[in-house]
Amino acid sequence: MTSSVSDNAIPMARRRRRSGPSSWTFAIAVTIALFALLPLGFVIWATVATGPETAFKLIARPRVGALLVNTVALVLITVPLCALLAVALAFLTERTDMPGRRLWAWLCITPLAVPAFVHSYAWIGLWPGLNGLGAGVAISLAAYFPFLYLPVAAAFRLLDPALEDQAASLGLSPLAVFRRVVLPQLRLSLCGGSLLVGLHLLAEYGLYAMIRFDTFTTAIVEQFQSTYNGVAAHMLALVLVVCCFALIGLEVVLRGRSRYARLGSGVARVAGVMPLGRWRHAAMALPALTAVFALCIPAYTLTRWLVAGGAAIWRMDEIGLALSQTLIICLIGGVCTVLAALPVAWLVVRRPDRKNRIVESCYYLASSMPGVVVALALVAVTVRVALPLYQTVATITLAYVIMFLPRALVSLRTSIAQVPVELEQAAASLGRSPARALMATTVRLAAPGAAAGMALTSLGILNELTATQMLAPNGTRTLAMAFWALSSEIDYAAAAPYAVLMVVFSLPMTWLLHHQSRKIAGR
Amino acid sequence: MSFLKVKGLRRRFGSVAALDGVDLAVATGSRTAIVGPSGCGKTTLLRMIAGFDVPDDGSITVEGVRLADADIQVPAHKRGIGLVAQDGSLFPHLTVSDNIGFGLDRNFNGREKLISELIDMVGLERSMLTRKPEQLSGGQQQRVALARALARKPRLMLLDEPFSALDTGLRATTRRAVTEVLVAAGITTILVTHDQAEALAFADQVAVMRAGQFSQVGSPREIYARPVDAATARFLGEAIVLPTDIADGFATCALGRVAVDGGSRTGMAKIMVRPEQIEVLPYSEKGEGITGIASQIDFCGPRYDVTITTDAAVPFIMQLSLPSRNVLAEGERVRLRVAGAAHVLGG
Repeated sequence: MTSSVSDNAIPMARRRRRSGPSSWTFAIAVTIALFALLPLGFVIWATVATGPETAFKLIARPRVGALLVNTVALVLITVPLCALLAVALAFLTERTDMPGRRLWAWLCITPLAVPAFVHSYAWIGLWPGLNGLGAGVAISLAAYFPFLYLPVAAAFRLLDPALEDQAASLGLSPLAVFRRVVLPQLRLSLCGGSLLVGLHLLAEYGLYAMIRFDTFTTAIVEQFQSTYNGVAAHMLALVLVVCCFALIGLEVVLRGRSRYARLGSGVARVAGVMPLGRWRHAAMALPALTAVFALCIPAYTLTRWLVAGGAAIWRMDEIGLALSQTLIICLIGGVCTVLAALPVAWLVVRRPDRKNRIVESCYYLASSMPGVVVALALVAVTVRVALPLYQTVATITLAYVIMFLPRALVSLRTSIAQVPVELEQAAASLGRSPARALMATTVRLAAPGAAAGMALTSLGILNELTATQMLAPNGTRTLAMAFWALSSEIDYAAAAPYAVLMVVFSLPMTWLLHHQSRKIAGR
Repeated sequence: MSFLKVKGLRRRFGSVAALDGVDLAVATGSRTAIVGPSGCGKTTLLRMIAGFDVPDDGSITVEGVRLADADIQVPAHKRGIGLVAQDGSLFPHLTVSDNIGFGLDRNFNGREKLISELIDMVGLERSMLTRKPEQLSGGQQQRVALARALARKPRLMLLDEPFSALDTGLRATTRRAVTEVLVAAGITTILVTHDQAEALAFADQVAVMRAGQFSQVGSPREIYARPVDAATARFLGEAIVLPTDIADGFATCALGRVAVDGGSRTGMAKIMVRPEQIEVLPYSEKGEGITGIASQIDFCGPRYDVTITTDAAVPFIMQLSLPSRNVLAEGERVRLRVAGAAHVLGG
């Protein structure tokens, strides 16, 4: 569309344009969305097929009650602690003159390079008796607080300092300014980050299995391993999905409808830093302590096992095979996820209407389903209707697309939004067909965003364990799977090289994540 | 004694001197405008008075109490100085009512009543109290920001370019409304702006700032009619600056023989004439003033722009904006006369 005026003036031209690139793109986007919603649809179908009586019998069990208590307690304790830690760290690294705050900011992101189950493995290596809720909360805190730190730190950077000045000129002390002006403006990022952490806690398997703490996810994986495709597992999945929806609903309620974006025009001034005075050095205790638990413990345990294992644990043939298989799967998954995200990313930026937004929200909803539910659904569907696809690369790739599509979508959206639509129109006016105009301009120029999205997706796939081990083709052994198999046999030393490789490959992508979050925050 | 006294204020940002020895005295209940091009240091001065920045040197005193100098820095929230920022800086997550009442004690009994009075005072409907800031227009947002700052009965009100984000039409009406409210409340006010017309219209004292220093402080009429130098003259409005020879209270220049305000001054000098001082009369062979020819006529509705070239041996060319009552024709000859006295610069 060139302008709103010509839209109204020549409806004929408009109608013809509509049936151009956007309609077939929309059709593709909807098809992908339907695939993405497959797991959710499956859970509903399974519940209906089981029938209310059997379903009720399977769900209303003391075992399910115990799992529910564990899972809910885990989420309700861990998420607020994560939020508290993230706000404190983000404040110190973004808004004070604490020495080395750039470095500390880095160290607050780096734990993301360590897969959650490797955190667990590291703590077990140090304290072998670790188990139960307390251990689950502590390790989850170390593994997942960066998911809240990232958005909260970004929000701190985006705050308009004029509002804080205004509050001070209205007689509010610095503490009151923080409580009444800063904290309310962090609400959106706190809610979004908390939801992300909460969904990860619900979906995590390896971390809790390692310390023998039962959640719905660990129970479903156990069920799956014993009965394969049982109704009991499906009903547990139903409860888990309900938990996810409860969390999403809670976030919607807490987020409220308040507006927090800056009202004024122009760019906000850069916020000044708060001098900490004699607390300047003491303040470093918090990020230092965090780094000890989230980074030093994994580093120490891994180093110890590597030293103890010596050269014997570096069985290069097996490690090389796992590495190459992992990289191939990451590459395929990354490329497919970006391709799958492309149509909807383009639609949402270029045609931001209601139906396209609904399609986009379908992707987000689908990806909030835990990996174990996605895997369970794809196993059931392939076994029932498409057996040749069971345990193939195609199926596991679909699982990755469903789980990680929003990562690619976010990167693509921002970079497509930066390409002026006039370029597409110029290409079209020079005689390219709509599709070729799109390929020649926007797709080409959005390539950096696509690369970033691919890297972030690959990071997810690299550290993915639950769905991978349920769906991987026979004979496949990724780094995560090999690590898991060896550490399950208590061969901690032999597992160490796999963990090290996962961390090494994750680090650059963590850097990318950090870079991207700073860029989105405008600096 | 002055209400506010600023003495020798200095502030450096790296190698740039934002404030380079600023002195200012503001009388109780007066309205002062600080005007200058962007980057001249006027906002830095305002932020220092508000307490958001610390001077490297110099002092700020309000009602005889030191607020800031080399040793003292009273925090912003204890100064009792109100601030209305460029875009209003309304809290986006609060309603209009909560914005206005933000600085009031939440257990204060007359809170609701005071908020209602304040919204009346700034000329907005009470029904707006339940709205969110984004539902207001720019001018309404500024009025709410003013009400919010007034709620705490500040002894000094600082306005940081509060009208510059508004449309031209809205700007004048909002400025008039704000001035009325401030005068009625009797609050000493400092306005910072880069718009000279706004400064002249708003204040009873105007301070012109350039490169971290005040080049001139005085009443609006005085600084407009008698600027200290050519740069100040041009900043405040269109100005024709001419070299001249002065004798007996008259200057002989490209505009003919013109009376000057320099008093006893004689010899070579520069004078300034505001274009509106030049009267354009029908052509006559003889008479007061000089003659010239009109060209390049741009008709703009109520006024038109015209270039006039004088008939002197070394012609002088000037652009005038004249009312469209009788538009000159291209090539029409005219007689020009300077009304009132020209101002001798630098003297």
